[in-house]
Amino acid sequence: MKPLLSIQDYKAHFYTRRGIVKAVNGITYDVYPGKTLAIVGESGSGKSVSQLSYLGLLPAPPLKIMGGTVQFEGRDLLKMKEDDLRKIRGDKISMIFQEPMTSLNPYLKIGSQLIEPLVIHRKQNKKEAWKAATQSLERVGISRPSHAMESYPHEFSGGMRQRVMIAMALTTEPKLLIADEPTTALDVTVQAQILDLLKSIQKETQMAMILITHDLGVVAGAADEVVVMYAGRVFETGSVDDIFYRSEHPYTRALLRSTPRLDKLEKELPVIPGSPPDLIAVTEGCPFYERCSYQKEICKTEFPKESTLGPKHKRFCHAEKLS
Amino acid sequence: MSNSLWTDALYRLKKNKLAVLGAAFLAFEMVFFFLVPLIWHLGYEVQDLEMTFAAPSISYWFGTDSLGRDLFSRVIFGGRISLTVGILASLVSAIVGVVYGSIAGFLGGKSDNLMMRIVDILYALPFIFLVIILMVYFGRNFILLFVALGLTQWLTMARIVRGQVLSLRHKEFIEAANSLGIRQREVVLKHLIPNTLGPVIVYLTLTVPSVILEEAFLSYLGLGIQAPLASWGTLIKEGVDVMDLAPWTLFFPAFFLSATLFSLNFLGDGLRDALDPKGARD
Amino acid sequence: MSIHYVLRRLAIMVPIFFLVVTLVFFMIRFAPGGPFSSEKSVSPAILKNLEAKYHMDEPLLSQYVRYWKDLLRGDLGPSFKHANRTVNEIIQEALPVSLELGLLALTWAVVIGIAAGGMAALKPNTVYDYVPMAFSILGICLPTFVVGPVLVLVFGLWLQWLPVAGWETWQDRVLPSLTLGFAYAAYISRLTRGGLIEIRGQEFIRTARAKGLTEQEILIKHSLRGGLLPVVSYLGPALAGIITGALVTETIFNIPGLGRFFIESAVNRDYTVVMGTSLLYFTLIFICNFLVDLVYAVLDPRVKYV
Repeated sequence: MKPLLSIQDYKAHFYTRRGIVKAVNGITYDVYPGKTLAIVGESGSGKSVSQLSYLGLLPAPPLKIMGGTVQFEGRDLLKMKEDDLRKIRGDKISMIFQEPMTSLNPYLKIGSQLIEPLVIHRKQNKKEAWKAATQSLERVGISRPSHAMESYPHEFSGGMRQRVMIAMALTTEPKLLIADEPTTALDVTVQAQILDLLKSIQKETQMAMILITHDLGVVAGAADEVVVMYAGRVFETGSVDDIFYRSEHPYTRALLRSTPRLDKLEKELPVIPGSPPDLIAVTEGCPFYERCSYQKEICKTEFPKESTLGPKHKRFCHAEKLS
Repeated sequence: MSNSLWTDALYRLKKNKLAVLGAAFLAFEMVFFFLVPLIWHLGYEVQDLEMTFAAPSISYWFGTDSLGRDLFSRVIFGGRISLTVGILASLVSAIVGVVYGSIAGFLGGKSDNLMMRIVDILYALPFIFLVIILMVYFGRNFILLFVALGLTQWLTMARIVRGQVLSLRHKEFIEAANSLGIRQREVVLKHLIPNTLGPVIVYLTLTVPSVILEEAFLSYLGLGIQAPLASWGTLIKEGVDVMDLAPWTLFFPAFFLSATLFSLNFLGDGLRDALDPKGARD
Repeated sequence: MSIHYVLRRLAIMVPIFFLVVTLVFFMIRFAPGGPFSSEKSVSPAILKNLEAKYHMDEPLLSQYVRYWKDLLRGDLGPSFKHANRTVNEIIQEALPVSLELGLLALTWAVVIGIAAGGMAALKPNTVYDYVPMAFSILGICLPTFVVGPVLVLVFGLWLQWLPVAGWETWQDRVLPSLTLGFAYAAYISRLTRGGLIEIRGQEFIRTARAKGLTEQEILIKHSLRGGLLPVVSYLGPALAGIITGALVTETIFNIPGLGRFFIESAVNRDYTVVMGTSLLYFTLIFICNFLVDLVYAVLDPRVKYV
């Protein structure tokens, strides 16, 4: 199967007064139709920037794209004119964001925000779009959808607003949905409902999904493939089982160990010693070097090449077999 | 409030160029207004009818007015009056506002609600009209002037202080102090006052220019400071009357008034942003 | 917003109005001097006649009651100084002049202020930002009574492009409304800039971009409404300020408006004119604030007046 989105050696940096922040520092992976790829990492690992930047959703300057390709349906998004890219945003590629409370415009009715993608990309008139948008509200499980269309965002709870965001993202039946921490701001029970909703819609429409999260629980429940990011680099990619049961990267393992598990009661969760590096000061070496228990001399100066461990499973590490 | 907070605030203030410029100008003005009358060779009320409307020169730096009075010493003298009225009236407004606001904040509940309602209602009244009536009918007297001006400005101060007191009352460290059995008076002295000081200073700095402006406004209309005293407002009025003959008589007092308003406003803005980086605008 | 709110808001006006009438009435009467005290040539007999004519010989309280009775019939009484003219006539003549001046000033202040502030917000930290903001600093530091005379000096006396006094032709309107509106244009441009920059940093603007809206659509549909709310709430104080500022502007440009009558009557102790104009000012400002609050509630759905 051909990938829908293929990212190759993509780099995006911020030119700030303090220096160059290497937020995305050479990442490579593919996303396939009908599959969910989870990008996991701590905050500041560049996982959000890696997606928002190539879609033109971050202010440039300070953002500057430094190289690589981002192929979507065979076209390089990085070489596209802003207006062509804009036509893809909200049509073939939709996004939902972390903060359902602030991601909707508080001054406008839900309905008039919901119809925008259809009016812009499908050239529908307002009446058709209003009807279609009402249906998509129904699909995401909002009761009395025509009443909801006339309401304002502050009249809804966080979970309901996230449903509205999802409905809005799906009105144009996108090929790719990028969900940036879609459940982080929600209660645990609502989290599960939202993830189930996303999965069931995906099954119906065969859209691809990129799920940006720091929550390994969400990854285990919703993803097909996983990309582990750290300090702007990809450390390991693979299927969910590859990452959770056969991880061969010291950082992934540390991350897994520091996550609470229901099936194993531990007295104390181990934490990863040290702190994430300053992205201005990162060198050509492996950014995890200082915190890593497998560190070698070469890690300091050279980022490891990709090594293949299975059909999907790849890692970037100099260490021998991990114990 | 800890020391580091004030140090941080000072650091942030120093990075604000407009605020630093304002502070520098005010400092210069204070020293200047204090020292110059000691050494300058001409008095502000000395008339020299042979030297009317003299253009700025070496002996008359800012020129002279219609009565041949030295504008340089008049601008300085007027400035001292304008600044004095501004500062005194702002202090009056601060005292009234702080007392009213902290009573409302301390009482809380229904009394607070009522007191703030009254403030809301008073906000809608254009006090300047009452001040004008007051000034016209009760003589244009210096003390009445700054009391009246001060009374037009206390509302915002009351709101700010009440908000601070109310929010601090529920802060953990105050509740902790209360539960430790520390007496109310000490809580007020050691916690509430130091924590309310920042916003009060900021607003005080911003009140001074608006009072100076109001005084100049009244004096311009002939309802404020009366001769033989002079303020920037009366000087501007005198300058306007003869501006086609002697534009400098308008220019110098207008420049000093505007520069002072500029300095106080931007210093106040800078202080606010420095003390409350969260609420910093732009 | 409910009809209940509107009614309650109007009901608050009643005690305030009562308070203002009482306060101004007694403040004037208790002050030393009277409307006829300066006319020394008047004989005691004529003075007595005059006082009788204006009911000044009655006890204060019955004068007060009489004032209320007349007021409730919409009669503000005769002027003490302008012979044969009533306060109602004076207001009828002067109010339209002041309203026109104020509205002209406010209109251009809003239009220029929003345009300049919007330009600055769209291109922050460029020359499109610095130039309007430098102007707005000037506007905030230069009082009306400095701006007015300087405009008169430059455009009236030196360049002779525009008239410097009177209220007949459209040219007469230019300098006064520029003078009066200058400070407000400056402040509105700062508010617009700040409001728009804040809104454009909000997450829902990113959502709009992610939906593929053009920058123009984002500005018009998603930014302006929220970004201009600070301007809307400033309109109340601005109107009050413009009314006050008109006092000076009308004096500078010799315009026969309400402000000039107010000052003149205050100085002359023309009791009824002072009362009438003050009451009118209070009512005007009250209504303006009320309207501004209504507009705010329409623009921001989160505000609920109950």
